[in-house]
Amino acid sequence: MSRESGLENSAKGADGPLCKSPHPGEKLWSRNRRPKFFRDYFGAGSNAVGEAVAAPSSRLRRAAGVALLLAAVCALPFLVSNYRTFQLTLVLVYAIALLGLNILTGYNGQISLGHGAFYAIGAYVAAILMDKFGVPYWLTVPAAGATCLAAGFLFGLPALRLEGLYLALATFALGVSMPQLLKYKHLEGWTGGVQGIVITKPDPPFGLPLDQDQWLYFFTLAVAILMFLLGWNLLRGRVGRALVAIRDQPIAAEAMGVNNALYKSLAFGVSAMYTGVAGALGAIAVQFVAPDSFSIFLSITLLVGIVIGGLASISGALYGAVFIQFVPNIADQISKAAPWAIYGAFLLGFMYLMPTGVAGAIRMLRARIGRRTNAHRGSRTT
Amino acid sequence: MSTKHLLVSAIVVMGIAAAMPSAMAQKKYDPGASDTEIKIGNIMPYSGPASAYGTIGKTEAAYFRKINDAGGVNGRKINFISVDDGYSPPKAVEMARRLVEQDQVLLVFQSLGTPSNTAIHKYMNAKKVPQLFVATGATKWNDAKNFPWTMGWQPNYHTEGWIYARHVLRTKPDAKIALLYQNDDYGKDLLKGVEDGLGGKAKTMIVAKASYETSDPTVDSQIVQLQGSGANVFFNIATPKFAAMAIRKVYDIGWKPVHYLNNVSASIGAVLKPAGLEKAAGVITTQYLKDASDARWKNDKGVNDWRTFMAKYYPDGDLKDSGNVYGYGVAQTLVQILKQCGDNLTRANVMKQAASLKDWRTEVLLPGIKINTSATDFAPIEAEQLVRFDGKEYVPLGEVITKSGAD
Amino acid sequence: MPERGTLSGSWAFGLGGSPMDAFLNQVFAGLATGGIYASVALALVMIYQATHLVNFAQGEMAMFSTYLAWTLIDAGMPYWPAFFLTLVLAFMLGVLIERIVVRPVERAPVLSVVVVFIGLLVIFNSLAGWIYTYTIKVFPSPFPKEPVRLGAHFFSAHELGAVGVTLVVLVLLYVFFRYTPLGLALRAAAQNPESSRLVGIRVGWMLALGWGLAAAIGAVAGMMVAPTVYLDPNMMAGILIYAFAAALVGGIDSPGGAVLGGFLVGVLENLLGAYVIGNELKLSVALVLIVGVLIVRPSGLFGRVHVTRV
Repeated sequence: MSRESGLENSAKGADGPLCKSPHPGEKLWSRNRRPKFFRDYFGAGSNAVGEAVAAPSSRLRRAAGVALLLAAVCALPFLVSNYRTFQLTLVLVYAIALLGLNILTGYNGQISLGHGAFYAIGAYVAAILMDKFGVPYWLTVPAAGATCLAAGFLFGLPALRLEGLYLALATFALGVSMPQLLKYKHLEGWTGGVQGIVITKPDPPFGLPLDQDQWLYFFTLAVAILMFLLGWNLLRGRVGRALVAIRDQPIAAEAMGVNNALYKSLAFGVSAMYTGVAGALGAIAVQFVAPDSFSIFLSITLLVGIVIGGLASISGALYGAVFIQFVPNIADQISKAAPWAIYGAFLLGFMYLMPTGVAGAIRMLRARIGRRTNAHRGSRTT
Repeated sequence: MSTKHLLVSAIVVMGIAAAMPSAMAQKKYDPGASDTEIKIGNIMPYSGPASAYGTIGKTEAAYFRKINDAGGVNGRKINFISVDDGYSPPKAVEMARRLVEQDQVLLVFQSLGTPSNTAIHKYMNAKKVPQLFVATGATKWNDAKNFPWTMGWQPNYHTEGWIYARHVLRTKPDAKIALLYQNDDYGKDLLKGVEDGLGGKAKTMIVAKASYETSDPTVDSQIVQLQGSGANVFFNIATPKFAAMAIRKVYDIGWKPVHYLNNVSASIGAVLKPAGLEKAAGVITTQYLKDASDARWKNDKGVNDWRTFMAKYYPDGDLKDSGNVYGYGVAQTLVQILKQCGDNLTRANVMKQAASLKDWRTEVLLPGIKINTSATDFAPIEAEQLVRFDGKEYVPLGEVITKSGAD
Repeated sequence: MPERGTLSGSWAFGLGGSPMDAFLNQVFAGLATGGIYASVALALVMIYQATHLVNFAQGEMAMFSTYLAWTLIDAGMPYWPAFFLTLVLAFMLGVLIERIVVRPVERAPVLSVVVVFIGLLVIFNSLAGWIYTYTIKVFPSPFPKEPVRLGAHFFSAHELGAVGVTLVVLVLLYVFFRYTPLGLALRAAAQNPESSRLVGIRVGWMLALGWGLAAAIGAVAGMMVAPTVYLDPNMMAGILIYAFAAALVGGIDSPGGAVLGGFLVGVLENLLGAYVIGNELKLSVALVLIVGVLIVRPSGLFGRVHVTRV
C-alpha cells in the first residue's frame, strides 16, 4: 500500500514513457495520458486525495509533528532579528498566494500566467480601504479576499472556453494589463497612479508586548493557518475530488455528474481569493503599493514558485514560497554582474534534480525510505 | 599670588586646554562607522526592467575602490554594500531593512528609482538613517522639514521641464506643442514640469500628448499621431532607446519641429549617434554633467580623469553611457561629505555636512554649475545649461539657469 | 484638449494632410511593426510544430543570436556572410540547448519544462546585459536607405524588405514541412514520438533539429527587427508578448496564421492607440480583443480544431 498520494502521482508524469504529446487544447500539467485515476481515487486504503489513511499511532505521530512545527514557527520571531521576521512574513504571504495558484493550476489543471493581477487587486483593495476610508487593517484582508473571489469567478466564466495555451494567453493578458490599468489616468484618483499609495503599519492590539514586525508576523501566520486549513479541508473533500477529476478526465467527470463549468469557475474564484488575501497581507507588510510592484514578472514568479514547490501539493506552497523569497537574494550575493543568470541557473538546477518540485522529491524520498523499512520489517517477520 | 597658586592654576589651565581639543577630537560613531571602515548601503536595479541603470552602482563601487586604494577617507576604508532590488518596491523595502538592520550601514546612498525610494521613504526617516543622494529626479526628495533624512542630488525632472517650457515661451510664444512621454513617474514628472512652466497657456499651446510603455517595441505610431496634430514644437520625454527611435522617426517622416530632448537621453554616443547625427541636428536639451562622448570635452581634465578612472577600475563599463559619469560625480560628492565629517561619523552629522555644501563642484559638472545645500535646501544641483546639438557637439544656449533665475 | 494623441482640429494644416492620410499612416506603421511580430511569431510556431512546446525563451535566444551577428559585423565581417554564419551559429545553439538543457527534463511535467524555459530566458537576458552592456547598438540593415515610394506614401525599404524576408521564410517552412521527408519526420516526431520511433525515426535528433531550425528562424527575426528597434538586451521582451498573442490568434499550429496574426496585431495595436483607447491601454485592449477572438474560435483563426476522444 503506497503512502504516496495518487493525486500527486498523476501530476508527476515521471513514470513511464510519453504516450502522446499534448496538443494545444490539452492540459499542461502532466504528460502522462493515463493517470491512475480510478485506481487511486476509488482504490482501497486511500481517501479522497489518495493519501493512505494512516493508522492511529502514526496519526498521533503526525499530530505531534505538526504541533512541534507550529511551536517552532511561533517561536521564530523572538529568536531572529526584525528583518528576518519581516522576510518570514513575506514567506507566509507568498505561501498563501502559491496555495491559491496551486488550487487552480496544480489541482484543477488550469494554467494561469496572470495571478499577479489578483495579488495586485488584493493589495490595492487593502491600500485604498486603509488610505481613503480609514478601514482597520484586519478588515481589509477579508474584503480583499471577497473582492478577488468575485473577480476570479467572473474571469473564470469566459475563460471556460479556453484550454491550455490559450488559457495561458488569456491569463497572461490579465497579468500584463493590470499595471497599465493601475496607472490609467482616469483611475488615478483611486489608485494613486504611478506614485502609488503609502500605508501605515499597524500596531499590536491590546498593548501586547510585541513590536510591529512581530505582531504582523503572527497576524499573517494566523491568516495563513486559517487559509491552509480551509484549503486542506476543501481539497480532501468532494470539491477536491471534483477538481482533480476535471483536471484528469474532464469528459468522464462531466459524464459522472460533476458540473465542470461551475467547478472550474469556482476554482478560479477560490484561487483568486487566496491570492487576493496574500496581496492584502503583503501590502500591509511592505506598507506601499505601486503599479511597478505587480508586473508580469510577479505572475511568472508565482508560477515558478508552485512548480518548484511541487504541483498539487499543499506543503509545496511553503517550499515554493521559501524559494521565491530567498533565492533571488542568494543569487544577488553570488554575482552582482549577472544576478538573473544565477537565478536562472537555480531554476534549471532545481528542475533537473527535482522535476516534480521539492514536495515531489520529498515524497519520493519518503517512499524509498518507507519501502526500505517495510522490506526490513518484512524480512524480519519471515 | 604665590608660586604654588600660579603653578596650580597653570596646571589647571593646561589641563583644560588639553582636555578641550581632545573632547572635540573625540570620535563619534553611529552603526556602520568605526576606526577602520565606513559601511555604505546602496540599492540598485541589477535585474529587472531597469537593469540598464545597474551600471551606475558598478561605477560607484569602482570609485570607492579607487578611494580605498589611495588610503580611504580619513584613514577609513569604504565598505560599499550594493544590493539588487530588481526595480520592485517590495524588494526595495526588504533590501533597505537588510542594509539598516542586518548590515548596519551608516547610510543608504543612491537608492535608485522613484517607486523604490517612495517605498522606503518613511522607513528611512523613522529609523533616522540618511537616504542620501537618491538616484531619481522626482521633486519630493527636497523636503527638509518633513523628511530630514532624505536628499536628492540631480536636478529634478520638474525643473527641467519647466526650463524647456520657459524657453519656448521666450523664443516661440505662438508655438503648437506635441509631447511624447514615458508613462511612468519620470515621464509624468517632466510632463508636469512643462505644463507648469507654460502656466495658463498650457491648455492652448499643447495640442497633442502621446505616451508609450517600455514594453512597446517602437514609438512610430505615437510619432505619426503627434505629427498629425500639426505641432511645430516637439518634446521628446523618453529614455535612450525610445528617444533615439523618436529622433529617427521624426526625421524620416519629414517633420521638422523644434525638438526638445530630455536630459536622460542626451548622450551623443549613446542616443544621437544611433539615431543618426544628421537626424539629431538641432535638438535642444539641458545638461549639468559633461557628455563624455562630446568632442568639446576631448581634452578636458575632468573628463580625462574620469576616463583614466574607468580604464583602471571599471574597464567593462561603457564610456558612452552617461550613467557612468553620473555615478562618478555622485560618488565624489559623497566622499567630500565623508571627508567633512572627519571623525564625527554619526548619521546626524552626515546629514548636517550634506546640508552644508557651499559652491562645491566636481570636475565632471559643466563649468558654472555648483552644488549648494542648506538646512532648508535639500536640492544639491539646481542649475542646468540649455544646449543645442549642431550635428557634431553641444553648443551652449545662453547662461546656466537655475529655476529661480530662469526668467 | 486631445489628450490621447488623437488627431486635433488642426490636421487640415498639419503635415500629415487629410485624416485619411493619417489613418493610412497608422495602418502602414502597424503593418511595419506587424512584420516584426510576424517574424517572431513564426519562430514560436516553428518550435511548437517541432516540439509541441511554446519556448518562452525564443525571444531572448533571438536577441542573443543578433548580438552574435553584431559581434561579427563589428569585427569587420560584411553583412551577408555574417548573416549566414549567424544562422549556422544559432542553429548550433538551438541544437545544443535541446541536447543539454531540454533533454534531461523531457519526461517532466510540462510546467516544469516551462520553468526551464523561464530559466533560459533570464539567463540569456542577463548574459547579454553583462557581456554587451545596456547601451543601444545600431544594427545594420541590408536594404537600401532610401525610402520606397508607393503612390503618395513613403515606405522604409528596410521594413518592406523585412516583411519580404519573413514571407520567404514562411514559404520555405511550408515547403519543408509539406513536401520533404525530413519535414514529415519532424512533424511525426512531435505529434507521436512512440509511433515515430517504431517506424524508425530518430525522435531525439528530430527534436534537436526542430530546436535548431527554430533558433535559426529566431535569429532571422532578430536581425530583421534590430535595425528598427535598436539592439539592446531588452529588445525582445515587449515584442514577445505581441508575438505570442499573434501566434495564438492565428492558430499555434499554423505558420501562415502566425504571420497573418502578426500583421493583424500590429495594425490593431496602432489603430487602438491612435483612435480608440489611447496609448496607455492599447496593449490591454488589444489583448482583450484577442482573447475575445479565442473565446469565439478557441483554436485561433487558422488553427486546426482538435477533437478529444473520451
